[in-house]
Amino acid sequence: MTVIYEKTRGLQNTPLHYCPGCGHGIVHKLIGESLDELGLLDTAVGICPVGCAVFAGSYFSCDCIEAAHGRAPAVATGVKRTHPDQCVFTYQGDGDLASIGTAEIVHAAMRGEKFTTIFINNAIYGMTGGQMAPTTLVGQKATTAPDGRDPATAGWPIRMAEMLSTLEGLVYAHRVCVVDIPHLNEAKKAIKRAFQLQMAGAGFTFVEVLSPCPTNWGMEPLEANRWLMEHMAAYYPLGVIKDMGGEPG
Amino acid sequence: MRKREIWKGSEVIAEAAIRAGCRCFFGYPITPQNEIPEYMSLKMPQAGGVFVQAESELAAINMVYGAAASGMRAMTSSSSPGISLKQEGISYLVGAQLPAVIVNVMRGGPGLGSIQPSQGDYYQATRGGGNGDYRTLTLAPATLQEAADLMGEAFDIADTYRNPVMVLVDGLIGQMMEPIVWEDRPGRTLPTKVWAAQGRRGRDHNNFVTSLYMDPADCEQHNLALAEKYAAMEANECRWEELMTDDARLILVSFGTPARVAETAMRNLRQEGLKVGLLRPITLWPFPGRRLGELAGEDHVKGFLDVEMNLGQMLDDVKLAVNGSKPVQFYGRCGGAIPHVAEVQEAARRALEEVE
Ligand SMILES: Cc1ncc(C[n+]2csc(CCOP(=O)(O)OP(=O)(O)O)c2C)c(N)n1
Ligand code: SF4
Ligand SMILES: [Mg+2]
Repeated sequence: MTVIYEKTRGLQNTPLHYCPGCGHGIVHKLIGESLDELGLLDTAVGICPVGCAVFAGSYFSCDCIEAAHGRAPAVATGVKRTHPDQCVFTYQGDGDLASIGTAEIVHAAMRGEKFTTIFINNAIYGMTGGQMAPTTLVGQKATTAPDGRDPATAGWPIRMAEMLSTLEGLVYAHRVCVVDIPHLNEAKKAIKRAFQLQMAGAGFTFVEVLSPCPTNWGMEPLEANRWLMEHMAAYYPLGVIKDMGGEPG
Repeated sequence: MRKREIWKGSEVIAEAAIRAGCRCFFGYPITPQNEIPEYMSLKMPQAGGVFVQAESELAAINMVYGAAASGMRAMTSSSSPGISLKQEGISYLVGAQLPAVIVNVMRGGPGLGSIQPSQGDYYQATRGGGNGDYRTLTLAPATLQEAADLMGEAFDIADTYRNPVMVLVDGLIGQMMEPIVWEDRPGRTLPTKVWAAQGRRGRDHNNFVTSLYMDPADCEQHNLALAEKYAAMEANECRWEELMTDDARLILVSFGTPARVAETAMRNLRQEGLKVGLLRPITLWPFPGRRLGELAGEDHVKGFLDVEMNLGQMLDDVKLAVNGSKPVQFYGRCGGAIPHVAEVQEAARRALEEVE
């Protein structure tokens, strides 16, 4: 019998708790596969966020640390500086990274910390039930923006990958999405490149993933994927935003 | 004979931490403790360790959390307003059962307050300070020698119980210079950190360091397990110093800088024939309440005078220990002011008159 497809060793056998059509589980799988294929599972340390992915440490089969809301980049700094040979990554939502933890992510990037951040941008606070995030699109409804985000009072959505790319310490920023197989393949390539550049000591690496939250967007999964491509990808352009990495040896 | 050396308080704390095997320091500047990060920025790399100037105290304590979670002896220091920001991380350290040492060189508050010495953070240190039902073992050295000796203990206690330890000094102890002797410390036999997230390296399961227990039954069990650790700390780690309490009619209770002032006041009053003693808590939590209660039960003890550099915070613990059996008076200066020997003597005379 030939094995055509098998579950990655990068994930444990715990059932995922994510909603149907959620992007989190897909990105977990891509990270697990990437760590396994790069031979990093045994030395990796993942820093988990506060948000729907708060249980990520029960899913990844590498060692994990649960951080306080937004502080994952500081926690990762503490791990990576004291264990420079290890693969360290943070996994963070948009409330976590682009709101409460803005200082931590900006300064980790500024210092050129040699870890990787996987940023799950679903334009909403998933875990707490659909409140407005800093990444919520103009006009997009949220439980704390019942008439849709109004720039007059809530400002404009923040493009983290572009903003962080202005910093010298960031060597790689790539925005991807997980709505279909070609985009999934692209996302996995980005995650692998980020890990490879990290292990080559190049600097801070950042992969932003546009990720559907059908539950809090109030959509069916396929409709959510279409909405993501039509609206989110229009405001948050997909592709490589910065790559100073060269050949990661 | 060992060499006596003149050292500055903050630098004693930093050097003692390195000697205790601490190999990473994360901090953010604030007066009056800047000499600690400054010393660390020079000496930690020379010792093969890591120094990071964080973007905030929030980040600094979370760097400590990461380093501790991956098995390192980690430390941060700050002064009062910065310690307020670190409370989030301290609560998470307790919840995730991580050892670390946090130094607070206290200044006047509330808010920005003053940059002069104070003990206004006693409640914050001994009552938990962050969210949740927890305790932080708190050491309060009164001399630089004691600070040098206690830093190693602080790391050992943290490792023994997998709980953060706070070293609480006022700005005077951080800033003063005093002769000390660097003693070799025996050190404890410590548990191996099998729980650390430092890469599986062949382990058959992954370690997940977390403070989250979604099921309330699990969270209750977790809290009860923490409570057992606090009980063990109360049983094994309580420290204090007693001077001339054997025949004392009035016992002064004081820690840190005012305990030094109180000791001088006590010696002066003894010369006048007044029977005054001193109990100086060295651990503020666990508080030496049982011993104070015993003393309160002695016939020769007529009362207590609590002396602090605040409006009377440890006073609550003294009153709880004495439990109404003898009068407890208070003398304090606050906002950065330091009590004078003459003031404490005067307060002690008044207290003695009232109880006689
Ligand atoms: C200090 C603190 N503030 C607020 C919360 C409540 N909280 C939990 S998750 C969350 C938002 C998470 O949203 P996001 O980071 O976008 O993750 P998602 O669930 O969308 O993946 C908030 C505000 C918290 N746990 N801690
Ligand atoms: S609420 Fe949204 S982000 Fe959270 S698991 Fe469900 S779909 Fe995913
Ligand atoms: Mg989100």
